[in-house]
Amino acid sequence: MTREATFFSRGRALPVAGVVLALLAGWYLAALLGNWNGAADALARAGAAPDVRGIAAATMAQERPVVPAPHQVVSELWRSIVGMPLGSKRSLLTHAWVTLSATLAGFAIGSLLGIALAIAIVHLRSVEASLMPWIVASQTVPILAVAPIIIVALGAAGLTGLLPKAVIAAYLCFFPVTVGMVKGLNAPDRIQRDLMRTYSASRGQILARLRWPAALPYLFASLKIAVAASLVGTIVAELPTGAQAGLGARLLAGSYYGQTIQIWAALFAAAALSALLVQGIGLAEAATARALGARPAGSAR
Amino acid sequence: MTGPRPASVATRTLRIAGRTPSPFGPAFAAGADGTENARSGGAKMSGGGPAFLSSPGRPRLPDDRPSADPKPTERSPAMSRAGALALKQPPEFEPAAPRPVPAAPVIAARGLSLTYTTADGPVHALSDVDLAVAPGEFVSFIGPSGCGKTTLLRCVADLERPTGGELTVNGVGAEAARLRRDYGFVFQAPALYPWRTIARNVALPLEIFGLPRAERRERVARYLDLVQLSGFANKFPWQLSGGMQQRASIARALCFDPKLLLMDEPFGALDEIVRDHLNAQLLELWRKTAKTVLFVTHSIPEAVYLSTRVVVMSPRPGRIVDIVDCTALGRERPLEIRETPEFLRLGQRVREGLRAGHAYDA
Repeated sequence: MTREATFFSRGRALPVAGVVLALLAGWYLAALLGNWNGAADALARAGAAPDVRGIAAATMAQERPVVPAPHQVVSELWRSIVGMPLGSKRSLLTHAWVTLSATLAGFAIGSLLGIALAIAIVHLRSVEASLMPWIVASQTVPILAVAPIIIVALGAAGLTGLLPKAVIAAYLCFFPVTVGMVKGLNAPDRIQRDLMRTYSASRGQILARLRWPAALPYLFASLKIAVAASLVGTIVAELPTGAQAGLGARLLAGSYYGQTIQIWAALFAAAALSALLVQGIGLAEAATARALGARPAGSAR
Repeated sequence: MTGPRPASVATRTLRIAGRTPSPFGPAFAAGADGTENARSGGAKMSGGGPAFLSSPGRPRLPDDRPSADPKPTERSPAMSRAGALALKQPPEFEPAAPRPVPAAPVIAARGLSLTYTTADGPVHALSDVDLAVAPGEFVSFIGPSGCGKTTLLRCVADLERPTGGELTVNGVGAEAARLRRDYGFVFQAPALYPWRTIARNVALPLEIFGLPRAERRERVARYLDLVQLSGFANKFPWQLSGGMQQRASIARALCFDPKLLLMDEPFGALDEIVRDHLNAQLLELWRKTAKTVLFVTHSIPEAVYLSTRVVVMSPRPGRIVDIVDCTALGRERPLEIRETPEFLRLGQRVREGLRAGHAYDA
């Protein structure tokens, strides 16, 4: 029986469903409490009798609620994903694609940079001493402060659209890759390294045949963090661009016009995208592990 | 070279990288009882002939040496003396050797020392070790932990740098020997790369040495067959038992046909039944391939069973206390030989050496 088959088996379905139900119940409760005053005021202004059942019903159906109810978010998602033609400004899929393309570009740049830095750090002591403090410092700068600077600077240089966003995404995602890969490339134990020494193997051979394969599990763990960070970076980068396109723009537009339901829908779209990306890395990891002969989880030996 | 002063001969031999007869000939000499006492610092260095060449139990090279070896009999003691002289003696050094001389030693250590500096002061891992190993020998190193047996092996492999003394491997320095890939090393653990199949693990050195794919495939098949793992080529290491993994690592050490095999407690982690089995297989392998083997162990029966000589070492500082010649057991050694009086006597002698070196002082 494969893992996929067991995931929703009877033993797990119940607790998973229980947690989902509890979250939904909590969410509805939050919507009820959060919107109560607003709904009561609105009813009072309309001159209706403020009875408890009326207010409770109104909290679930406001146009601009403080906390949108789950079904409101779902219907907004449905409307903006299925109800709008692809390519339309009002289609969430269009915005998601804009964000996704910049995320993937930034992820590719950041990962390659992170791996290259890790390889340099492992092989050259001077690189570690000279670069590592800067690498760490770069991550202590708040991205919200840096993003507009980068956007403006690159815009002045004539670079607009996908690339500036990808640069910010890369800025956020190279660090976990570097840290993970430095650890991974140094993972081989003494015996495994001594073996290469007895063969008088070159550094390149040791990298290709020992360090790199040994680092792969670390790489995939880092990549999962990096791809999520890359999405966050892209969304942040979309905020100061004048809210033209992308999930970040959608969030910003929603907050301009108090469209809380739209904000929540965009948030959920971003979360789903992130989950999808992490899942994708997980699939690549599993395929690599299979190819490299990892013992299947839960096997007897 | 009649009555040479050992020191001067030694110096010259080391300088000319093993092309002259060994000054360590006497170190191999079998005493009256088939063994050889050494002073605390190592083997005796008094003058004399190359006794190991003519000692009765001396290992002979088998004729079924694998065809893969491109230089089948270089430095072979089986070579005729005249032939050996013609090949090995540059006339400017040895104009007319009056007596037969041994082939150059595979390992020659003189006054070898290694001292680690630690926070608690210096640790003498090796102290003034003298040793010479002839081609085709199977030499075991035995002693309690800390006696430097593994350190000595790692020095030969150039995995550690001695802090004093001289060491040559196949006539050159240890580093040069490593750089020209003179030896195969079998570690305490199989050290198979878990992401490679058994066949690709065995092929690892061949890939690094840049052999063409067809030859890699042929050699991997041949050496997996030699260690009886033919059916497991495409398995991953975790799918094999510990003993099979160690056999795979032996195949990996042999597949590029090094002249010298260094083994660091290769069977230490295995249970005794598997170990007996692998001992018999290793002995068979040694007879087939005629390698020189240095073998670190802490099992007395294992050492006596496998070896032509057992080097007994003692700790603090790590040094040689005795060298026990086991050639009297012959080359054909069925497992039952362990019950013979001769075997027990040799084991007893090793044990005495260990006791003399305070190996049993808790």
